[in-house]
Amino acid sequence: MADVKRYPGARVFTALFFVWLYAPILVVIAYSFNENRLASVWTGFSWRWYESALQNRALLDAVKISLTVASVATLIATTVALMAALVLVRGRDVRLRRVSETVVNLPLLLPEIVLAVAVLILFSQIGLQNGMAKLIIAHTAFCIPFAFLPIRARLQGMEPDFEEAAQDLYATPWVAFRRVTLPLIAPGVFAGAMLAFVISMDDFITSNMLNSGGSTTLPVYIFGLIKQGTTPELNAISTLIVLGSLVLATTALILTFRTPSRG
Amino acid sequence: MRLRDFRLWGLAPAWAIMALTLILPIGIVLLVSLATRGAYGGFDWGLSFDSYAKILFEEDWDGNLAFTPQYLLIIGRTLWLATLTTLICAALALPAAYTIAQAPGRWKPVLIYLVTLPFWVSMIVRVYAWIIILGNDGVIEKTLRGLGLVTDIGSLLFTDGAMLVGLVYSYIPLMILPVFASIEKLDGSLIEASHDLYGSRWVTARRVILPLSLPGVMAGAVLVFVPCLGAVLEPILLGGGKTMLMGNLIQTQFGGGRNWPFGAAIAVTLMVLVMIFLMLNALRARKGAAHG
Repeated sequence: MADVKRYPGARVFTALFFVWLYAPILVVIAYSFNENRLASVWTGFSWRWYESALQNRALLDAVKISLTVASVATLIATTVALMAALVLVRGRDVRLRRVSETVVNLPLLLPEIVLAVAVLILFSQIGLQNGMAKLIIAHTAFCIPFAFLPIRARLQGMEPDFEEAAQDLYATPWVAFRRVTLPLIAPGVFAGAMLAFVISMDDFITSNMLNSGGSTTLPVYIFGLIKQGTTPELNAISTLIVLGSLVLATTALILTFRTPSRG
Repeated sequence: MRLRDFRLWGLAPAWAIMALTLILPIGIVLLVSLATRGAYGGFDWGLSFDSYAKILFEEDWDGNLAFTPQYLLIIGRTLWLATLTTLICAALALPAAYTIAQAPGRWKPVLIYLVTLPFWVSMIVRVYAWIIILGNDGVIEKTLRGLGLVTDIGSLLFTDGAMLVGLVYSYIPLMILPVFASIEKLDGSLIEASHDLYGSRWVTARRVILPLSLPGVMAGAVLVFVPCLGAVLEPILLGGGKTMLMGNLIQTQFGGGRNWPFGAAIAVTLMVLVMIFLMLNALRARKGAAHG
C-alpha cells in the first residue's frame, strides 16, 4: 500500500517551486553574458560587460561606500548585540529583561520605511550633515537585532557549566569570557555579524531616504540604473552581487548549522 | 570590573542606540504629523490635525472640505496586497515545507539551504530580475511570441499582478522556514491514525496537518505581512509610479519640497496598522494556547 504520508503531486509541485525560486536569478546571470548592447536581444556570448562594470568609477565608489558603512555598522552592532545577549541570557535577576528584549528587537517590529522617515527627520532636526555618519548610525540601529538573534540562540544552546568551572578556578569574569565563553559562542557571533553585514549591504529603503551626494550606496546606485532601463552591464553588476551574496550566505549558514555539541 | 555591574552597562549601549535612533525619532515623527507644512518645504511646529484630515478630505479652492477616497484607496490596496501576498505565501509554503519535511534526513538541510539562499541575494537584484521577465520584450513575452501564441502583448509590468509576484517572491522564504519548523515537529503517527480512521488524504490534510502547522503559518504571516505593508521597491519598480502603496506614498512625501507632515501622518497610520495587526496576532496566540 502506498505511504499515507505522501501526497500525489507534492513532489512535482515542490520541484516547480524551486524552479520558480531560482529562474529569475538565473535569467539575470544568463543575460549578463549577452554581447548585445540591448539587454533583451541575444547575439552572442561575451565578457565585455564585466570589463566595463569593473571600470565603472561610480559603481566602484558605491561599492566602497557600501563596504565602509556595512563594516563599521557590523562591528558596532555585533559588539552591542553580544553584550546585550550576554546580559539577557546569562545574567540573573536582570531588571526589565522582557522590555529590554523588545527594545533590542525593535527594528524588526516596524516596517523599515517608518524607521527611515524617523531617522531622516531626526538628522534634519539635529543638523547632522555628514552623509556617511548618517548611514552608519541608521544601519547600526537596524543591524542590531540581526546580530543579536544568532548570538542569543548560540548562548541559549550552551550550558553555563564551562564558564562556572572557569570561575571556580579563580578566573576573573573577563578572563572567563575571553578564554571560555567567547571561543564557544564564536560561530554564533560570526553568523550574527555576517547577517548584519548582508542586511546592511542590501539595504535600500533607509539608504535611499538618507541619500545625498557622496553617500550613494550600491543598492541606491543600482536603483538609479534600473530607472534608466535594463542594460547588460546592469546584469553583469547584478551577477557579481549574486556571487558575493552566495559566498557570504554559505559561510554564515555553515557556521550556524554547526551546533555547540557537535562543533 | 564585576559581573554584577555588567548587567547594567552591558545593556546600556543597546538601549542608548535604540532610544536615540528609534524611540525618540518616532516621537518626533508623531509631532511632525501634527505640524503644518512650511511655506518653503519643511514644516512649522504646531498642533494641527490637517495632515490626518488630508487622508480623507481634499480642500477645494473655496476652502471647503470634500471627501476624497484617493488615499483611502491606497491604504486599502496596501492592506489587500499584503493580505493576498501572505495568503499566497502560505498556500505555496505549506506543500513545499511538507515535502521538504518528508525528504530523507540528509537532504533536509540541503533543501532548507536552497530555500534560504535567494533571500540572501540582494533584494533590489531580485526585484530587478522580475523586470527582465515581465517587462516589455521580456522573457515571458518573447517565449509566448516564440510559441506563436501572441504577436505583441502589452507590458506585464506596472500592474497589481506584477507587484504581487514581486512581493511573494521577495518574502516567501520568511514563510517557509517557520512553517517547516512546525511541520517537522508534527507527529507522523497522527497522520497514520487519521488514515486508520478512514480519513482520506485530503481530510487528513485539512483536519490534521493544517491545524497542527497553523502556529508556523501565523509566525510566518507576521514576518511576511509587516514588511509587505511598508514595501517600497516593489511598488516603484514593478507597480510603476501610478499604482501606489503606502510605502512609496510616504517616500514621495519626503522628497525635496514635498509635504513632510502629511508623509509623517501616513507613516503614523502605517505604524498603527502594524500595531493593531501584531496585537490581534498576540491575542489569537494567547487564546490558542489557552484552548489548546
